[in-house]
Amino acid sequence: MSERYPGYDVLAKRDSQSWNAQTRAVIDERLALDPEAHRFFNDVEWVTLLAVCARIVPQPAERARPVPIAGLIDAKLFEKRGDGYRDARLPPAPAAWRRALEALDAESQAGYGVRFHELQPLNQDDLLRAMQEGKTHHPAWGDMPAKVFFTKRLLHDIVTAYYSHPTAWNEIGFGGPAAPRGYVRMDFDRRDPWEAAEVHPGHEAEARRDNARVG
Amino acid sequence: MKQKPVVTMPALDDAFGSPRALRGRAPDVFRAGGWVPMREYSADETVDFVIVGTGAGGGTLACKLAEYGFSVVALDAGPYWRPLEDFASDELHQSKLYWTDERIVDGENPLQLGSNNSGKSVGGSTVHFAMVSLRFRPEWFKARTLLGYGVDWPLDWREMWQYYRQVEQALKISGPLNYPWGPPRPRYPYRPHELNAAALVLAKGAEALGIAWTPTPLATISAPRGLAHPCVYRGMCVIGCATNAKQSVLVTWLPRALAAGAEIRDLAMVSRVEHDTAGLATGVHYFRQGRQHFQRARHVVVAGYSIETPRLLLNSASSRFPHGLANSSGLVGKNLMVQANQAVWGLMRQEIRSYKGPPSLAITEHWNYTDEGKDFFGGYSYMSQGPLPIVWAGTQASKRGLWGWRLLDQMEQYNHQVGLKIVGECLPQERNQVTLADERDPYGLPIPRVTYSYCDNDQRLIRHSLGFMRQALEVVGATEIWDETDDTCHLNGTARMGSTPESSVVNADCRSWDVRNLWICDGSVFPTVGGVNPSLTIQAIACRTADRIKALAARGEL
Repeated sequence: MSERYPGYDVLAKRDSQSWNAQTRAVIDERLALDPEAHRFFNDVEWVTLLAVCARIVPQPAERARPVPIAGLIDAKLFEKRGDGYRDARLPPAPAAWRRALEALDAESQAGYGVRFHELQPLNQDDLLRAMQEGKTHHPAWGDMPAKVFFTKRLLHDIVTAYYSHPTAWNEIGFGGPAAPRGYVRMDFDRRDPWEAAEVHPGHEAEARRDNARVG
Repeated sequence: MKQKPVVTMPALDDAFGSPRALRGRAPDVFRAGGWVPMREYSADETVDFVIVGTGAGGGTLACKLAEYGFSVVALDAGPYWRPLEDFASDELHQSKLYWTDERIVDGENPLQLGSNNSGKSVGGSTVHFAMVSLRFRPEWFKARTLLGYGVDWPLDWREMWQYYRQVEQALKISGPLNYPWGPPRPRYPYRPHELNAAALVLAKGAEALGIAWTPTPLATISAPRGLAHPCVYRGMCVIGCATNAKQSVLVTWLPRALAAGAEIRDLAMVSRVEHDTAGLATGVHYFRQGRQHFQRARHVVVAGYSIETPRLLLNSASSRFPHGLANSSGLVGKNLMVQANQAVWGLMRQEIRSYKGPPSLAITEHWNYTDEGKDFFGGYSYMSQGPLPIVWAGTQASKRGLWGWRLLDQMEQYNHQVGLKIVGECLPQERNQVTLADERDPYGLPIPRVTYSYCDNDQRLIRHSLGFMRQALEVVGATEIWDETDDTCHLNGTARMGSTPESSVVNADCRSWDVRNLWICDGSVFPTVGGVNPSLTIQAIACRTADRIKALAARGEL
């Protein structure tokens, strides 16, 4: 994947009119999350979860501080933050996650003789796809449909965690927090100077220059 | 030399800790740290009205009744926010505005609840609604007689037209000079908002296909009002407006309610409506500050929206009313209606950056007002869209099934994506319902089970809308067009109003047929939903109910 918004860093706006004190506090707390800490999952579940997150949202190897997706999910479950609904085919989120991670490992052991996190990425993807398509077989799933868990719980929790992070906003050129300043230019192909500049073929330097001025 | 103001960090979740509306004062929603005086009723005082819920129905009614001189206590399970100090510009953090208590969903099309349709705040879901403020098509009030589907309302559209006007004035709706559909309506109080690129895509598509469109009438101000400045196009409307441009119930009806002498109790979860041996309501039991309380009242109004309203009535079952309160018809909890919220998405060559501005700045109601060329009953509007990253990623993943590099590739196109999304009329069906589950919440109350399945007519409406919107994107040059086939918005029904006690839960005045001092005032009284967002109609009905209560009281018929 090429870099679409070269040099754009939404955090450069931290002390600008686009971020109020409330927003700074919330994002600071998110950035301070210890990526290794897990208070809900045990060590066995944790390594499996890390491996799942790495396949659902792969992050560039050169990224110095990857988004701590698993840590954000662990925090949500530990703090008992719900979504307001639960598909009747699934147990409550904490139990559903535990069972799914255990079943995924069991499925991996049965098929490949190793745990999920020890598999090659291609095989990991095969197993995740089997979940998505409802083609898992191991009895460890019990009465929980893997397909429903994958779509309604696993994907939801992982992408929500990833796209709550400023690093993900940089990747997609999202303006990020915007109170109290908001935006002024609303038309096609218009950006305010405090928005991400998109790279156009042969004009990478301009995009980098504009993004360096975002603040 | 100008001194930099010292910014003290507010405790963002302070409003959750303990109630704020206490000791004769309530939060001033227009000033950080501010207070306004609030009348307080003592524990053993019997008030004229106790209202459960302070959203579009309950909050509006609390204001009107207090202004008419009734003594009013309004309870809400949610916290009492001051938007200027409590709201961050952050999608994840602001999920604190949603009703996230566990609810079980099933049926052929299990609903997604919480974020897009259930609020838990003083001011209800209007604290995070998208502000789209539309009138019903007049014929919908007589859907069975005039259009051949659903049921008739016991309300007359001409009367409703007056109440719509009253609400549009109260919220200073920003809207177009002339509205393209339906009978003439008065001018909107404030001018329409500037259109963003996403809205212009809708406009171009509609023009190319030869149908009308308009800037959406919105409950966010386009000129200063009181202490609030105009909308700054921050685009985070559905996670709570941090500048008070949004005209939610929290910043419109409730300050008026307090000024008129109503008491509002935040963080107050009502568990049961009590009644006496004569079968009349006597008040409500509720939890607040870790204790159980009872508020006596001559009248009880339930305004908890389409899930909590039937849940409370069902949880109030007694030996006299074994099937729940106000339920001799057996219809409490039945006929739950959502609105179809399918979308067509595509990519534009130009940068759209739809995160700027209110999410739905342009609309067409063409298929609400045109009956020809349809193979289904009912109608739909469609609007331009501006999803924030978490919602957008959830759409790509859960609805489109993308993950891995394919997900990241699509997400990288975020600033070029454009979409059209319907608010589509779903028909009432008794099998779609709210019942009580075996599980209990931390208060020990049975949690709701919400069962939902589309009917054939709903599916035909959805197919028609997806086909039409696809054309509307193709014609403006969008590429990689795809259908989002599974989404719903809004909740209505479960305590419908009607003309007979056998066929409805309340009458046209929102008064229970069974318990004459029990009223229901929220979206659950809708017999049908139409193809527009319900909040304006809920508020209009609340204004009408207040007028009816005043008139009945004057005649000694309350």
